[in-house]
Amino acid sequence: MYTASDLRKGLRIKIENDPYIVTEFNFVKPGKGQALYRCKLKNMINGNQFERTFRSVDVFEAADLQEKKMQYLYKEEGKYCFMDNQSYEQIFLSEDQVGEAKNFLLDNIEAEILLFEDKPLGISLPNFIDVVVTKADPWAKGDSVSGNTKPVTVQTGYQLQVPPFIEEGEKIRIDTRTGEYLTRVKG
Amino acid sequence: MMVDDSWKLADRADALRLRARMIRAIRGFFLENDFLEIETPQRIPAPAPEFHIDAVASEDWFLQTSPELCMKRLLAAGYPRIFQICRCFRAGERGDRHLPEFTMLEWYREGVDYRTLMEDCEALITLVARELGIGGAVCWQGREIRLGIPWERMTVREAFSRYATMTSAEALRTERFDEILACEVEPHLGKEHPVFLYEYPAELGALARLKEGEAGIAERFELYCAGLELANAFSELTDAGEQRRRFEEVFSDRRLKGGSPHPMPERFLAALEKMPPSAGIALGVDRLAMLFADKSRIDDVVAFTPELL
Repeated sequence: MYTASDLRKGLRIKIENDPYIVTEFNFVKPGKGQALYRCKLKNMINGNQFERTFRSVDVFEAADLQEKKMQYLYKEEGKYCFMDNQSYEQIFLSEDQVGEAKNFLLDNIEAEILLFEDKPLGISLPNFIDVVVTKADPWAKGDSVSGNTKPVTVQTGYQLQVPPFIEEGEKIRIDTRTGEYLTRVKG
Repeated sequence: MMVDDSWKLADRADALRLRARMIRAIRGFFLENDFLEIETPQRIPAPAPEFHIDAVASEDWFLQTSPELCMKRLLAAGYPRIFQICRCFRAGERGDRHLPEFTMLEWYREGVDYRTLMEDCEALITLVARELGIGGAVCWQGREIRLGIPWERMTVREAFSRYATMTSAEALRTERFDEILACEVEPHLGKEHPVFLYEYPAELGALARLKEGEAGIAERFELYCAGLELANAFSELTDAGEQRRRFEEVFSDRRLKGGSPHPMPERFLAALEKMPPSAGIALGVDRLAMLFADKSRIDDVVAFTPELL
C-alpha cells in the first residue's frame, strides 16, 4: 500500500483495477491547510490521462507489475508468440501491445515483457540489434544525386534510411528506441 | 559514483546575491522601526499544535515549526516590538514552493491588531523592492505586479464567490476548503497587485483572535502576490483557556489519525495569561526571494535543497 506522501513521478498505482503511472506530480499546501498532492496519471492499458488531487489520508494499492524475460518465437494470425525461458509457458501479444517493437522482432530475440496481473502490457527490446539487409539498390560510386542516404529493407521487413554504401547481404546495427541506423557490422 | 553538482550551486549565484541583499533590507527595515532582533532556540520541547503541520522530532524534543511560542512568551514578558529571521522545519513538506527546512521572518507588535500588520507588509515589501532597485512593479513569471500601496483587501468569502465553484461555507462543510482554495482561488490572488486575503473562518485560525461582533470569523490574513502565498498573520488570541481548548482539539485529531500528540506547551499557555493584545505575522523569506528573483521554484533561491546534500 502507498499513502499520498509516497506519490512521485513514475510511481505505478492501481485505481479501479487499472494500472496507472504518475506522469506529473506536485505538492501543494495552502497556508495552515492540509497537504494536497496534485497528480497527472496515465492509464497504462489504454493510455488515457487525467488529473487528480489527493490528500494525505488517501491510500493506494501498488500496481502489480512484473517484467519477465521472454523469447520471441513466431507470428501467427496477427498475434506474436513469446515463451518464458524458465517455465516454457507461452503467451500471445497483439499488434498494439507489441507496438513499434514489431519492426525488430528477430527470431528467438529476448524481450522484456511488462505484465500487469499476468496480462501483458508492452514489451521492451535490447537497445541495439544487428540485422541483415535483405533488399538494397546497388551503390554506383560517385552517384550522389539521390542524397546521402538510401532506403533498405532488413530481415524483419522493416525499412529504414542508411548511408548509400550499405549493400544487400550486409549486417547493420539499429537503435530499437529510435529505429535509426547506427553502423555497419563486419563479419 | 560521485556526481559533480557544483554547476547547480554556481548556477544560482544571482538569486543568492539578491537573497542576501533582500535579507539585509528586511533587517534594516525592522531596526529602523525600533524592533528588537531576537534569536530563540530551534530545538524546543513542545511545538505549537496545529492540525496540518508536523514537527520533526529531535531526540525527545522537536525542531520548531515556527518560533511563534517563544516569541509570544517574550511579548508577554514585556518586549513590545520583536522580530526574528530563522530556520523552521516541517515534516513531509516538499514541492515547488515548499522545503522541509526553510527560512521564516516573524514579527510581533504589542497593542495593535492585524490591520497594522497589513500596513507593515506594504511598507516592508515596497522598501525591499526599492533597495533591490526594483521600481513600482515586480515582474514574476511574465506577469507584472504593481506594488503601489495601499494593496487590495479581500475577504475569504468574497474571494470564493469571485473565483471558486462554491462558497467558502459550502467548501468548509464538504471538507474541501483547502483544495478549492489551492486549486481555484490562490492562482487568481495578487495577479495585478498584492492582495490581503482576510477574515478567515474561525476554525482556520488556530492561534487567532475571533472578530468582535461577527460570529465565526477569525482575525487572520494571508498576503498573496502573483498567486504566491507570502505571509500569514493573526490578531493574537490571548485567552489561555480558549487556546488550550483549541490545542486539545488538535491532539484528539492527531490521536484519531493514529499519531501521538505532542506535549502541551504549558509554559506558553501560562505566559498567554499575561500577554497584552498583540498581532503577529510569519513571512516566508524563500517565497519573497522567489518573487523578487523571478523564480517559479523554491529550489532556485536557496543554496542547497535536501536533494543536493
